Amino acid sequence: MTKKEIKGQDNHLNRIKWGTNLCFNILFIILAAVCIIPVIFVFMISISSEASIAEYGYRFIPDSFSLDAYKFMWNERAQIFRALFVSVSVTVVGTILGLTLTTTMGYVLSRPNYKLKKFFTWVIFIPMIFSGGMVASYVVVANLLGWRNTFLVLTVPLAVSSFNIVITRTFFRTTIPDSIIESAEIDGASQLQTFIRIVLPISKPVLATIGLFLAFGYWNDWFQASLYISDENLVGLQAMLNNILKSIEYFASHPELGVSLTQYKQSMPSETVRMAIAILIVVPIACVYPFFQRYFISGLTVGAVKG
Amino acid sequence: MKNKEKMPKTAGAGAETKKQGGKKRRWTKGDTELTLLGLPTFLWFVVFAYLPMFGTIIAFKKYKISAGHGFLYSLFHSEWVGFDNFAFFFKSNAFAMLLRNTILYNIVFIILGTAIPVTLAIVISQLYSKLLSKVYQTMMFFPHFMSWVVVSYFVYAFLNPTKGLLNQVVGFFGGDPIMWYSEPKYWPFILVFMNLWKGTGYGMVVYLATITGIDTSMYEAAMIDGATKFQQAKYITLPCLKPMAIMMFIMNVGKIFYSDFGLFYQVTQRVPNALYNTVSTFDTYLYNALQSNVSIGRTAAASLFQSVACCITILAANYIVSKIDSESALI
Repeated sequence: MTKKEIKGQDNHLNRIKWGTNLCFNILFIILAAVCIIPVIFVFMISISSEASIAEYGYRFIPDSFSLDAYKFMWNERAQIFRALFVSVSVTVVGTILGLTLTTTMGYVLSRPNYKLKKFFTWVIFIPMIFSGGMVASYVVVANLLGWRNTFLVLTVPLAVSSFNIVITRTFFRTTIPDSIIESAEIDGASQLQTFIRIVLPISKPVLATIGLFLAFGYWNDWFQASLYISDENLVGLQAMLNNILKSIEYFASHPELGVSLTQYKQSMPSETVRMAIAILIVVPIACVYPFFQRYFISGLTVGAVKG
Repeated sequence: MKNKEKMPKTAGAGAETKKQGGKKRRWTKGDTELTLLGLPTFLWFVVFAYLPMFGTIIAFKKYKISAGHGFLYSLFHSEWVGFDNFAFFFKSNAFAMLLRNTILYNIVFIILGTAIPVTLAIVISQLYSKLLSKVYQTMMFFPHFMSWVVVSYFVYAFLNPTKGLLNQVVGFFGGDPIMWYSEPKYWPFILVFMNLWKGTGYGMVVYLATITGIDTSMYEAAMIDGATKFQQAKYITLPCLKPMAIMMFIMNVGKIFYSDFGLFYQVTQRVPNALYNTVSTFDTYLYNALQSNVSIGRTAAASLFQSVACCITILAANYIVSKIDSESALI
């Protein structure tokens, strides 16, 4: 049942008709285009000139091109780089923290003879069914811990999910033979040593999967920032985009503030700049995910195994 | 199983009196080490999963800040109001609308979000070229990796009333420009479309992973017996996809009182007034309440209602599935 065998059996008799294949291909070309075109469209807007947008609206092929949006970002690089730095450091720190917390617990739960296994299993299982909800979490984080405007609030609350722990536990249990761990125990290795020296090195696939889940989660997060962050030094790229939207809406719905249209246009980045920031967020993802796609899929299928 | 049988012998005579031999094993150094290893994560769960559960008592209180004291002091010295906060929420005009929106959108998302990816996964598994299939998958998987904030910019590029692409198309065919962000009637379709746009590739890839794991000899046997492609899909592929589909179904039903907050909040440009009754869900309501001056007790009551309702639905869904097909149940 290895993959090679399956490929070897790929026979040509049991295939759909040639015409059907063509139709199916056309269907998927359309679907793939629908998924990709918005990104291309927004990119084209970001390199359109303001004049062209004012005259003709958003176009796939603008009347005149301009790199003003990117020049503007370069001129405002202090702000942009700060946001980029926040996003990158939140992603890196959060992913490392999340991986540590997830894999240690996954390993602990995968040990069949561990005395508190049942207790810990319930501890991670109950939150899958019942959660305190958005408001209670907010109260705990903001009022009890007092973590408003801290780096912690961007990283720690998102670090662990029961689902990820179940994936790692299942992986450890199904792929790492007990005999290896037992022999390490006999050699006098502590559980921590066994975990770091033996288990982690042979668990790269699951580390990659969970690491990617976490990294994309952190990179794409704007929700934590929108609830807890008002300090400009802690605003990442996503939060920056979100804040721009927020203030546009605010000025639009509060005409009594007396912000005239021109003032407001000067204070806000132009539409091309906003589209350029969106592109700035999407490009790293677009460059990275095709290479790691298989880890996502393997993680999902591992997670589907009931444990 | 082997371990369990061996255990009573190593644990000594005392174990024989108990039924569960494995339980009686002595606490070892390994147990201490494992406990220490699991401790940080355990603490995380205590703070971020269990404290909020106890934090829900705020829903039964009329929270008042006691000057000069911390949050906990204020909380414990606030007046108990029983279910008043809940009664307020249930009687408010918003409740029925939020319930209807959240559940109806989710039902449509669950049905289409299962049927379409399953169909596409079966179709894409039949393509001649594995390379092309990989390319399509990669491209369709892409939207899954984008946040709703970014997606809302994409949507805006199409729906902007004066410059957006859709109104240019409408104008080209001689129609009047549509004020998309203040016309409620279009939004159910837009939201369903965006939900599918973001989730279809992901779902398809998940189901496809299951399809590639199916033993091909079954298809060969079916072919020799003269089964058409359609029959093969119906009698082999679909039954093999059932456990995965049921698992996803239970997980989604368990979230039926939750909504994808970013979709409803960001894509609609922060729930404008004109769309309020069409696109509000429990989550947008709670978020707006948190940001405004609504009393925290009332907001917490709405939030707790959501959690309890979800807990009940997930257990009920699992119970029903376990009655029909105990192998597929989640718990």
